[in-house]
Amino acid sequence: MLNAQRVHFLVMSAVFFLDKKGKPLLSRNYRGDVPMSAVETFPVLLMEAEDETSVVPPCFTKDGINYIYLSHNDLYILALSRNNTNVMETLLFLHRLVEVLTGYLKELAEESIRDNFVVVYELLDEVMDYGFPQTTETRILKEYITQKNRIFQLISATGIKPPGIGASPKPPVAVTNAVSWRSEGIKYSKNEAFLDVIESVNMLCSPSGQVLKSEILGRVAMKSYLSGMPELRLGLNDRVIFDHVSNTGAASPAPLGNKKPIEMEDVKFHQCVRLSRFESDRTISFIPPDGEFELMSYRLNTNVKPLIWVDCKINKHENSRIEIVARLRAQFKPRSTANDVQIIIPVPEDADSPKIKLAGAVFSKAKWKPELSAIVWKMKHLGGGKELVLQAELGLPAVSGDENQAKRPIQVKFSIPYFTTSGIQVRYLKIVESKLLYQSWPWVRYITQSGDYAIRVNT
Amino acid sequence: MQATIEKKIRNLFKRNFKGETSELRTGLVSQYAFERKDAIERTIHAMTLGKDVSMLFPDILKNLATHDLDQKKLVYLYLMNYAKTHPELVILAVNTFVQDSEDPNPLIRALAIRTMGCIRVDKMIDFLPGPLEKTLSDESPYVRKTAAIAVAKLFDLDQQLAIDLHFVEKLQTLLDDSNPMVIANAVNALEEIQRRAPETNAFKVTKTVLDKLLAALNECTEWGRISILTAFSEYETTDASEAEHICERVVPQFQHANPSVVLMAIRVVITHLQTLPLEQRETLQRKMSSPLVTLLATPPELQYVALRNIRLILQKFPGILNREIKVFYTKYNDPLYLKLEKIEIMVNLVSKENAKQVVTELKEYCVEVDVVFVRHAIKALGQVAIQVPESSELVVDTLLDLLDHHVAYVAQEVVVVMRNILRKYPVFEDAIPRLCDAIDEIDEPESRAALVWILGEYADRIPPVKSLISPFVKSFLEESTNVQLQLLTACVKLYTKKPDEGKELLHEILQQATQKSDNADIRDRAYIYWRLLSSDAELSKSVALAHRPTIASTIDRIPQPLLDELLRNLSTLSSVYYKSPENSTNKSNANKSGNANKSNTLGDADDVQRRAHEEQRKMAHEDEIFRDDNLLDFDSGNAGDGADDLAQSSNILSEIFVTNDKQSGTTSQDILSLFTPVTMPPVESTTNNLNTNTDSSFNLNMNSNTNLKEDTPTSAEKQPFDDLLDF
Repeated sequence: MLNAQRVHFLVMSAVFFLDKKGKPLLSRNYRGDVPMSAVETFPVLLMEAEDETSVVPPCFTKDGINYIYLSHNDLYILALSRNNTNVMETLLFLHRLVEVLTGYLKELAEESIRDNFVVVYELLDEVMDYGFPQTTETRILKEYITQKNRIFQLISATGIKPPGIGASPKPPVAVTNAVSWRSEGIKYSKNEAFLDVIESVNMLCSPSGQVLKSEILGRVAMKSYLSGMPELRLGLNDRVIFDHVSNTGAASPAPLGNKKPIEMEDVKFHQCVRLSRFESDRTISFIPPDGEFELMSYRLNTNVKPLIWVDCKINKHENSRIEIVARLRAQFKPRSTANDVQIIIPVPEDADSPKIKLAGAVFSKAKWKPELSAIVWKMKHLGGGKELVLQAELGLPAVSGDENQAKRPIQVKFSIPYFTTSGIQVRYLKIVESKLLYQSWPWVRYITQSGDYAIRVNT
Repeated sequence: MQATIEKKIRNLFKRNFKGETSELRTGLVSQYAFERKDAIERTIHAMTLGKDVSMLFPDILKNLATHDLDQKKLVYLYLMNYAKTHPELVILAVNTFVQDSEDPNPLIRALAIRTMGCIRVDKMIDFLPGPLEKTLSDESPYVRKTAAIAVAKLFDLDQQLAIDLHFVEKLQTLLDDSNPMVIANAVNALEEIQRRAPETNAFKVTKTVLDKLLAALNECTEWGRISILTAFSEYETTDASEAEHICERVVPQFQHANPSVVLMAIRVVITHLQTLPLEQRETLQRKMSSPLVTLLATPPELQYVALRNIRLILQKFPGILNREIKVFYTKYNDPLYLKLEKIEIMVNLVSKENAKQVVTELKEYCVEVDVVFVRHAIKALGQVAIQVPESSELVVDTLLDLLDHHVAYVAQEVVVVMRNILRKYPVFEDAIPRLCDAIDEIDEPESRAALVWILGEYADRIPPVKSLISPFVKSFLEESTNVQLQLLTACVKLYTKKPDEGKELLHEILQQATQKSDNADIRDRAYIYWRLLSSDAELSKSVALAHRPTIASTIDRIPQPLLDELLRNLSTLSSVYYKSPENSTNKSNANKSGNANKSNTLGDADDVQRRAHEEQRKMAHEDEIFRDDNLLDFDSGNAGDGADDLAQSSNILSEIFVTNDKQSGTTSQDILSLFTPVTMPPVESTTNNLNTNTDSSFNLNMNSNTNLKEDTPTSAEKQPFDDLLDF
């Protein structure tokens, strides 16, 4: 029996797009059960909340109306609801809505909404009904909600009627199918699938080089250009162990060889992957959407030593100058190369007249960026095992202003191709289309990037 | 005067707009299709900008019958917006709607039935059942899934009609549908009807329904999965094998890429966990930890919900994230609301093993620039020290180092934290002189009260105590109530410990308190001390220097029954606000005596709806001045609510009290028992603390109910627990 005592609806009642001052640009009232004028109090409430405290969470309630919002570019996207709304779902829906609209308008901002209100209305009608999210697959939506409208408007100005207008689109079968992410009848002359294994390294180090926190966030992005309804199976190398996410919780079988196992902390799959199949025998099988999508993402807690380490000594002579000596070491194998390396070293906001010297660094450049209050040290390529040194001296004003400047860490950005930190590898990608029986080509690339990669500094 | 000017200005604009209106009107009846379409678009554009284009209703209607799908959508959109203002004209549109619901194109059939349900006019309701019935058994699943929701719309418009025409039963048969999306929407609609009118028993999850939903779960879109998981989480079973079956099928959803699906799956598992045997419970708990951590790899808004929920889950299952404390370290660019939540969770996870690590990390935070963040970090340091005795020395050293920065807000917070630490670990009395050095920087009442308490408590160990207390006594009347009460007690303690030094001050303060204070509490306490001291020295000593119960923890705890309820509501607003769903969002609901009182909650929800409908009605009749009117309406509503809120908050408070007593057993009851040998009413400092604290939490609740603070889950609402545990 459902618990009859709880009388509360979980859905949202209306969705608004507001400009940065909180003025409504466009809205859709899905249920007619909240007064639409409630939106007028939103900017006031937001301001009041900001006055009160610097902590303004993404949801608050006033007079029985819930305001759940996020900001994107110069917009607020706001959902109004009453009762005990499922706020996780609501916020996620708003994020998805942003994705869908970005897919249509290239960039979702005040101007693009004003210019494309017709298609925005159409989409709002389709993605949600009576407060229940329906479908947010941009790919599928694009099959029956087209921007023909805009074209028509252009042509109508010239007075010429284009052919084909009036032939109304039909809802793609996929909208309601079990395979809601792929339409039937897709055809390619060459059947190809590209896999990108992308790992972001999140790292936080203390000034002395101690790793305070490190994790690897990996994802397998796929571009599929395959005909028909192909069945795919992805195989990863044996070292990958999904033990933490396994059903049994039993001890893992001994990994093969001497290599240490890659223990996945958590894995998430695109909705096309059969989760029950994965749960029972660890097989990753799926019918892919057409085009680009993220097949899976994973998280590892393995302790990684910093791939790029920056030892930074900052000597601050109050009211006169600041001296910085930064030593960079590339701590990965010499056969790998990091690309587009950027080291962002924070300096006080009121520092000026920089003098920068680089040692052992032929291909690196360093510049003081006042708008970032930082020295940005760049190199196009950095070979494994290399060491570089940067020396900088900046003047400080004789009269110091505000003492309290935010403490910012050194940020490091890079990408290393053909290399995964975790050691994960794609063994095979089997592609079977039982009706068309075509030959297909899977391709795999690997890359390691910096995620949130920060090194704290002593000041 | 002002009103007439305003009216004139409005008229001026109106006249300008008149020109535009007539232009649109011409366009709408043009003989050329493209001109008509253009005019429709411009009308919708004007509507989007907030202009009232309801006068074009008849002209728009003429464009209803079209084969251009885009144009049809726009016209329908217009109808949805202005039907209320022209109910008499809607009848003209009905025919087209009915026709469209039989169109060969499923998109149009669905569009018609979807829009009809949104046109909330009596005339439309009469015509809805026919098309609805047909579309419910349409061959296209796209139409059926739309029709399923339309039943919920009809039910909202005319409950009796929907029941009489057996639409609920028809909806129930859709649970058998071959298409997963239709099933998901049928679940949505049925759940809503069930909530609205439980007596219909619309959504009975039986064994067969359960199996169907379990099967559909893996086929559904992500949103459909959320609906079905919601149903599972509210399904009640005492059968262990059934619960096991549900959990088995739901656990794979932990791997779904959609964080909302993951959180709902966790909610389902938590709901059914208690029915399972212990061993399975532990396995499932272990399996929850990784998905919970991964929720932190989402955008900040979602992370916030996740973190608030994780805190609830941690209180219920303290062990599950023990290894994961590092993921809760704050990032320097996290929004503040995330940073604060992360600190809370770090404190919840602290243990003997990781305490050093946590203290080092918190120390980093203490030298940041954001005041709120820094104060939270300092407070957290104190909580760590109380929680893990082994870390207390490190914490005290860290806190004292912070004082060297001579930042006022740091000193304020450090003093408050040190008071708690000294209560638990008197060994750190060496720190007192350094706290006293900061005396000039401390001006906030809570910090002053804390410092005064320390002075009183350690009166015999601080040589210059008299000179430290006397400035406070001099400014006695300017101090806030809290500080005054502490001062009274502190002076009594000083006198008891060092009669020679304390005599003068005590005399002065008693005189001031009894003669010059306006506050009855202060006067009463002063009189009681006075009499006590003059009648029985021994007795007064035993009262003033009574032994206090030790602090076990300063971490906020949610009372068990509320916690269980919140866990059943994970992912919803109430689980973010930490308030029971009955009163998390409905402020004007005064009478919350029984939660079976559903008519009350319903009535209350209807209040918002009533306001919504009123708004539409007003828009129809007096589009000019409705704004001001509405504002007035809101105001009066508020004033009425205030009084009710007070009653409600006192209710909540007393509830918390009761549960707290039962739970911990170390609260007021224990304190009272300390005084059993004493015949006098309990007036010792801790008990008085209790009184003042209840007062303050009363105040907080009163204030916060009328302003936004209540709703933003910041300081105000946590306060009651805070205070209650912080004797």
